[in-house]
Amino acid sequence: MAGATAAHDAHDHKPVGFIRRWVYSTNHKDIGTLYLIFAIIAGVIGGALSIFMRWELQEPGIQIFHGLAAMVYGFEGDAAIDGGKQMYNVFTTAHGLIMIFFMVMPALIGGFANWMVPIMIGAPDMAFPRMNNISFWLLPPAFILLLLSMFVEGPTGAYGVGGGWTIYPPLSTTGQPGPAMDFAILSLHIAGASSILGAINFITTIFNMRAPGMTLHKMPLFAWSVLITAFLLLLSLPVLAGGITMLLTDRNFGTSFFSPEGGGDPILFQHLFWFFGHPEVYILILPAFGIVSHIVATFSRKPVFGYLGMAYAMVAIGAVGFIVWAHHMYTVGLSLDAQRYFVFATMVIAVPTGVKIFSWIATMWGGSLTFRTPMLWALGFIFLFTVGGVTGVQLANAGLDRAMHDTYYVVAHFHYVLSLGAVFGIFAAWYYWFPKMTGYMYNSWIAKTHFWVMFIGVNLVFFPQHFLGLAGMPRRYIDYPDAYAGWNAVSSYGSYLSAIGVVIFLFGVWEAFAKKRQAEDNPWGEGATTLEWKLSSPPPFHQWEQLPRIK
Amino acid sequence: MSDSGTNKNKGNWRVPAACVGVVVAMAGMSYAAVPLYQLFCQVTGYGGTTQRAEQYSDTILDRKITVRFDANTAGGLGWDFKPVEREVVLRIGETKQASYVALNVGSAASSGQATFNVTPQSAGAYFNKVECFCFTETELAPGESLDMPVVFFVDPAIVDAPETKNINAITLSYTFYPLDTEKPVAEAVTGEADDKDRL
Repeated sequence: MAGATAAHDAHDHKPVGFIRRWVYSTNHKDIGTLYLIFAIIAGVIGGALSIFMRWELQEPGIQIFHGLAAMVYGFEGDAAIDGGKQMYNVFTTAHGLIMIFFMVMPALIGGFANWMVPIMIGAPDMAFPRMNNISFWLLPPAFILLLLSMFVEGPTGAYGVGGGWTIYPPLSTTGQPGPAMDFAILSLHIAGASSILGAINFITTIFNMRAPGMTLHKMPLFAWSVLITAFLLLLSLPVLAGGITMLLTDRNFGTSFFSPEGGGDPILFQHLFWFFGHPEVYILILPAFGIVSHIVATFSRKPVFGYLGMAYAMVAIGAVGFIVWAHHMYTVGLSLDAQRYFVFATMVIAVPTGVKIFSWIATMWGGSLTFRTPMLWALGFIFLFTVGGVTGVQLANAGLDRAMHDTYYVVAHFHYVLSLGAVFGIFAAWYYWFPKMTGYMYNSWIAKTHFWVMFIGVNLVFFPQHFLGLAGMPRRYIDYPDAYAGWNAVSSYGSYLSAIGVVIFLFGVWEAFAKKRQAEDNPWGEGATTLEWKLSSPPPFHQWEQLPRIK
Repeated sequence: MSDSGTNKNKGNWRVPAACVGVVVAMAGMSYAAVPLYQLFCQVTGYGGTTQRAEQYSDTILDRKITVRFDANTAGGLGWDFKPVEREVVLRIGETKQASYVALNVGSAASSGQATFNVTPQSAGAYFNKVECFCFTETELAPGESLDMPVVFFVDPAIVDAPETKNINAITLSYTFYPLDTEKPVAEAVTGEADDKDRL
């Protein structure tokens, strides 16, 4: 196989020159690489913001943000304290938006899905290679707009968007009249357009370009997960776009969609936002589901247990995900019947999710397990995601949620499913496909150290937040009473440990490129059965010139 | 992309075309949600949206209920706005008139517009207003005061629904917002249209 590829190299049509190869790129693998690099950069920035927050919260009182505000914005004296409080809220807002729109989505969908979905379904490239290029290049300007928003006026006399990633009015309309909010809205518009174009591209690719014999029911689960994710994007993102456009016109053009003085209702924004926002959290986690299925099967040397059940469980999660949005809004005054419905519908999601968890366990059951690095991350994913799922089922109950709403218990819950779930899925995918994508083998010792440091680190960050939440500590405040000091300190130490984990990760990447250990075409043995392992490592610039036939 | 013939290519375009259709439809639905949501609130009394009644209730129960009045101003409107009475006790189904009074304590003439709701929000569906001053633009000269009546009754059906049967006090809350005369004309028109719909 490798020899055959070498012969192909002569008519690879690889573009010459850096600009033509990367900026004008229409190759799904090159664009995937760009997405991954972008996600790493955005992840480091978003992670740094969270380290500042944890540094601040390590002790009661205001430690660093007044100094930071004085340094960055030039506040003096007492104004620096108020400026610092706003700055803390700006950091939480930016951390959330960056991690969702510029780290997890680009990594999983733009990065790994772009790289692997065409290969896995036996397609030479994506359906619309130039649109793929546009999808990627819309992201950097969107990201820059969001970063710029932190440095322009938001509320009168202060800087940045400090209303949380949910940007609820009236705080996002009359509460922050400065241009910062407009920057953030435009950033979301552009990032949303990028994702919608990407989603259209994936759906078209998967429906139209599967290799002969590759029926939907033979398609690898990662391709399934990306197909479902793309549908969720297509259905939910336009609603966000509509909602934030209404915010924009409320702010700038005198409409009153969300302002009660003109007959509008701010709660309507919450409905629109969460109609997007809830599917969005499944958009973040579904591709990780697909990846983990492959990794667990590979390192158990068994086909995944209950393939069709796994695929349709994802379909069910995606479908039910659209009719549970108001469980984010139990405290806005929903009628009792509405609350009953949303409690029930939300808990129903635990059924297909349980199908997936138990199928992963059943895949491992009786398998020939090897605990190589991707498997460690996948197991970490299953464990942490389940912890987050359990607290999710608790929070689904309106009666309990009324007490827990906007406390650190919720913060712990969604970081267990996203920060620990989705991010562990990303790292699992990274180590699983790194040899395939780069052609180099990572250093296993560094990779495993990365895993253990990260695993201990993130658990230290977020497990104590359950206790803080149960004790009633609210989200989105720069300060807290002394009673919460102990677990906050532990949480902060954990975040420093996680930061060390990220440094180990980056070092491991550098080490692999420096040492250039050639990876085999299939480093994982007979358990790895999907099509990407039939190609060389790294794959040829254009793959499947002869379409593979699936029996 | 693919080396298939033109016939097959035509079929290939169906998928992205359908995707674009879905995007347009969902964006359209997000805007359609605005009037639908308003309609939904009026029909169900959701979020404390009160009902508009053409005629008085014909049944009056013996059970009594307290209606409290709350008044607010927002956005720096220089008015002293308050209810004449803090609360009234009335029989369920009985029609009452209460009034609010607004006094412009500022030095310049200013105009405002009021919105309202009731709490508990689940009582909204049973709180019927026959006459009120909501959504009408009001202009007050400096020192001028205005008496604003509200005629209302509580629907006797309130004692039948399990969610509302234990409610023994309802708060009617009004907020006056300043009317920015420089705002686009379109808004004033919408405001008046709402007046008719949502009184």
